[in-house]
Amino acid sequence: MNKHIQLPINKEEARALKIGEKVLLSGTMYTSRDAAHKRMLENKEAGIEFPMPIENVAIYYAGPAPAKPGEVIGSCGPTTSGRMDAYAPKFMAHGQTVMIGKGLRNDDVIQAMKKEGAVYLTAVGGAGALLAKCIKKATCIAYEDLGAEAIYKLEVEDFPAIVTIDSEGNNLYEIGKKEYVEK
Amino acid sequence: MRSIQVKTIVEAVKELCMQANYDLPVDIFNALQSGKEKEISPVGQAILEDICQNAQLATTERMPICQDTGTAVVFVKIGQEVYIEGGLLKDAINEGVRQGYKEGYLRKSIVENPLYRKNTGDNTPAIIHYEIVEGDQLEIMVCPKGGGSENMSRIYMLKPSQGIEGVKAAVMETVELAGPNACLPMVVGIGIGGNFEMSTLLAKKALTREVGTHNRDERMRELEEELFEMINRTGIGPQGLGGKITAIAVNIEDYPCHIASMPLAINIGCHVNRHKSIKL
Repeated sequence: MNKHIQLPINKEEARALKIGEKVLLSGTMYTSRDAAHKRMLENKEAGIEFPMPIENVAIYYAGPAPAKPGEVIGSCGPTTSGRMDAYAPKFMAHGQTVMIGKGLRNDDVIQAMKKEGAVYLTAVGGAGALLAKCIKKATCIAYEDLGAEAIYKLEVEDFPAIVTIDSEGNNLYEIGKKEYVEK
Repeated sequence: MRSIQVKTIVEAVKELCMQANYDLPVDIFNALQSGKEKEISPVGQAILEDICQNAQLATTERMPICQDTGTAVVFVKIGQEVYIEGGLLKDAINEGVRQGYKEGYLRKSIVENPLYRKNTGDNTPAIIHYEIVEGDQLEIMVCPKGGGSENMSRIYMLKPSQGIEGVKAAVMETVELAGPNACLPMVVGIGIGGNFEMSTLLAKKALTREVGTHNRDERMRELEEELFEMINRTGIGPQGLGGKITAIAVNIEDYPCHIASMPLAINIGCHVNRHKSIKL
């Protein structure tokens, strides 16, 4: 059963999502990866505001391939989230409620998720062509000089993801593996 | 001597970059399909279904299977009787990569300095491995290698006394760590022997071997099969979310080594284990 989610969602809605749930996301999310995360925080410290509304924001850790003429976007699957662990707690403290990526998160991130009320979703890594089809509009809103690492505002429809770490700190990576391990 | 013009090489490399990124090798696709049938985890089955659909979509729409269109790793086998005319081979390969990544709408993922990190804008330079072989042909293989799985790869300088058990333990440690990060199911490329740098090159070459083929040494073949079973008993599963299909292949390449050494390199390949070659 897929659960339909309209982005953005607030903390209460983020807390309602539980691990293992399959969700279909519609609405607005923003791409950002290593370089953009770093720059946003450096700018913030220098008094320059975030380039998007940060309250309840959903950030997709992704760097898309270029769009062919007539296409909305190129392939656009998730990148490894762990590289954003150094920045993620600060974004949650500013109001981010949804992280979308792939792979493990560290304890600092999980503690911040529990404290702030945020959820970690994963999309299928390496399925960038399929995921691009759920992106209906893509606009570069900041840091164009970063190329694939620029920030894109995405309008998505039924973008598939799995609740992988919830706001109670339950972790599907640990639970899923335990269920299928053969001693 | 047989002459090959650099412009022929540029054109070939350009096409290989695009084809490698759009068309998953048939052996990999078939292994993923058969993995889907064997998987018992519902989440794992759904993931494998998406992965197979994604590969088919990429082929029909001529779009990259994955947005990470990789570092352009290029293996070149140059026949001793080949004369390359009109410029440098290295320049021709890089020009082919430049054109292929631009015209194919592939992502440019290379930064010019690892610390200062300014994008080169055209995915060059490629990483090129040359080998001189007999004959009058030029064989080029382009293997776009993604960053996610590459980051989970490792090298161990084991002691000879650690033996086969040491190798197994190191491989399993690497696989466990790669788990959720490396876009599973994976192909595990293993290089044993040689020396520090050669083991890593063997591991990279192992990733290009066709699924279903084995090391010619029966003892190494048995080790490949044993590791494959061990890895698929971990429960890690597709994308690390739990299941039976963690790896679709384990390929070992080996080489003689020093009496004091037992180098072991493990190169993790994601399910988009791409490579495409041509003989000129």
